[in-house]
This record gives sequence, structure tokens and C-alpha cells, in this order.
Amino acid sequence: MTMEASAFPGWEPKILAFCCQYCAYSAADMAGSMRLEYPTEVEIVLIPCTGRFDVILALRAFEKGADGVFAAGCLEGNCHFLDGNIRARKRVNFLKAELKSVGYEPERIEMFNLSASQGPRFAEIARDFTQNIVGLGPSPAKKL
Amino acid sequence: MIIAERKPIDEIKTFVKGKEKILLVACRGCVTVCNAGGTKEAGILASLLRLDAAKEGVPLKVDELTLERQCDPEYIFELSPSMGEKYDAILSMACSIGPQFIASAYPNEKVYPVLNTCFLGGALAHGVWAERCQACGNCIIHKFGGLCPISRCSKSLLNGPCGGSAGGKCEVSKEIDCVWQLIVEKVTSDGTMDEFLSLELVKDWRTSRDGGPRKIAREELLK
Ligand code: SF4
Ligand code: SF4
Repeated sequence: MTMEASAFPGWEPKILAFCCQYCAYSAADMAGSMRLEYPTEVEIVLIPCTGRFDVILALRAFEKGADGVFAAGCLEGNCHFLDGNIRARKRVNFLKAELKSVGYEPERIEMFNLSASQGPRFAEIARDFTQNIVGLGPSPAKKL
Repeated sequence: MIIAERKPIDEIKTFVKGKEKILLVACRGCVTVCNAGGTKEAGILASLLRLDAAKEGVPLKVDELTLERQCDPEYIFELSPSMGEKYDAILSMACSIGPQFIASAYPNEKVYPVLNTCFLGGALAHGVWAERCQACGNCIIHKFGGLCPISRCSKSLLNGPCGGSAGGKCEVSKEIDCVWQLIVEKVTSDGTMDEFLSLELVKDWRTSRDGGPRKIAREELLK
């Protein structure tokens, strides 16, 4: 999918999506089988539950050149491990503060909730998040 | 255990400013348990410092190492092989005993404390810690229903409560339980109020900090 023209010619955002196997990953799969378009810049990492999503995974992603990272888990109340998605959201909020403290926009990290049947919603999340990252521009780690 | 928390990143950045190669030393003791300065927290801080340096466009190499403890010379000396690396600074993520021990073992190194050592306490829940002891050197909690009036009463009263106790809360803050309320409730339910009512005499504070810095030496353990 072609992205809206960015203010940084030649730059394509790198986005990592940590997706829970029970929901977001299946939703992404469904988006694929429905032939819904979403940005190719979004690379999906399968995790067993967003409870596995760790602060350090996201930080390493940023260190290795990611411009944005999101975790996508089941709808609140529907986690297969009871509260993995609630914990993940707390970690994402923690990360937002940590990133801000070193001058990175907190919007570069987000948490989303969706169910396995929401293929179109996954595509929408991927599009919207990518658009937000395009708006922010390259990660501050790359600006210089 | 010793409860600590990481200093604000802005303060840590002042330790790192102008340095190109630093060693971040985590500790597997208390600060791992209170999620302040273990391997994981060192990883997070190292990453944040590298991201900050990348943003500023300055070179910064952060090596990470975890010691079993930093309050025992035998573990401190495990740093010796790393000293050949010529670090511009060593940041200790132990309680403040760690950086002091590192600095005294390696007097030529610049050593910084990454954590603020806060208090002696325990976990009330995952992620919540509270003060329970002030190391007065002569424990008397058995006289107070098992509760420590020194560390948990804002005024360390031994004959409380004070007039500020209201609704079970301390006058200092609504966030603080008045320990004297808890003590009275406990001795009442234990049925030990009678013996409890004898006046607590002045405590000998020489075993506490008032006697100067403390030290224990045990002959039978000395080599
Ligand atoms: S009485 Fe003294 S040693 Fe006992 S818990 Fe309180 S401060 Fe600590
Ligand atoms: S209100 Fe209770 S805890 Fe607070 S100072 Fe008075 S006796 Fe101590």
C-alpha cells in the first residue's frame, strides 16, 4: 500500500506489531484472507499472549531502528490468560513515559485490543498507526 | 529487604554526559526483588541511555553486568576482568552500598549511584512496597502487637497515638495508616491491653544511628 507522502523523502517507517496469537494475529490473518490492504511497513511478531510483551522487546526494537511499535491483544476481559492484555497495557503506558523521558514521542508505542474476528479492524489499526508514525517522522534515533 | 527506586533519568543523564563508554552494574540481591536494579532494569536503562545518545548523535557504549551482590567484596572483585576495558564511568544499580563498595575497591574509577535507596521494607502487593523497619538496633515490636512504631509512626512515638490520629489515618497524610490505631486494635483483639498499658520508657537510641555509624564484627567468623 502506498503511504501518504511523508516530509522525509526516501524514508519508509519501520513498524513492529507484537500480536497475540489468539486475537490480533488471527485478525491479521483474516485481513489477509479478506484481501484487505494495510501498510507493508507493519511487520508482525507472533506472541503467545500480550502478557509476553516486554518493555525490553520494544526498547530493543527502537534501538534496532523501529519507528513505531504496537502491541495488539484480545479485548479487555477476553484474555486467554486472564489479564495478559491488562498487564501489557500497563507496560505500554510505562514505556510511553520512559520514551518521553529520553525525548521520544510517546505515540511511537501503542496498545490495541481486538478480537480474532476483527480482520477489518486490524487493517484499520495498522493503517492508522502507520499514518501517525508517518506524521511523527523517523525515530529520533535516526533523525541525525 | 532494602527498597530502592531508580533515579530520574535526567539525573542519570548528567552522570553519563560526555562519556563514551560506561559499565552498568546490576545486583541480584534486594534490588532485583524490588524491581529497581536487577538485570532486567539494567537492560531497560541501558537501552534508554543508548536511545538518548542516538537521538543526540553522540557515541555511547553501555555494557551491562550483573553481580550476585554488591555488598560483599568477593562479588565486587568479579568486576576486575572488566576493568581492563577502561570505562569512563561505572554506574551501579545496587542499593547505595554497591557504588560505595565499587568505588573503594577501584579507587581510580568514577562510580555513580543509579538508584535512590529508600527504606527497609517489604512488598504489600506486586509493585507496592512499604517501610517496616528503621534498623534501630534493638527490636521492640513484640511489645506493640508485632507492629513497628518507630518505622510506621510518622513521629516514631513509643507512647501513642498522638492527637492527630483520625479515622485510622495519620495526620501527616491520608495515605498513611496510623500505626498506633493498628497497635491498639491488635492488642485489644489479642486481649493483651492490660500489659500493653504500662508506660514505655525512653528507648536507648545508641544502638540506632544516634550512636554513630554502626559496625558488627563477629570473632567466630573472622579469618
Ligand atoms: S523496633 Fe527497631 S528493629 Fe524492630 S522493626 Fe522497628 S525499627 Fe526495626
Ligand atoms: S497520627 Fe498516628 S502514625 Fe501519625 S504521628 Fe500520630 S500516632 Fe504516629
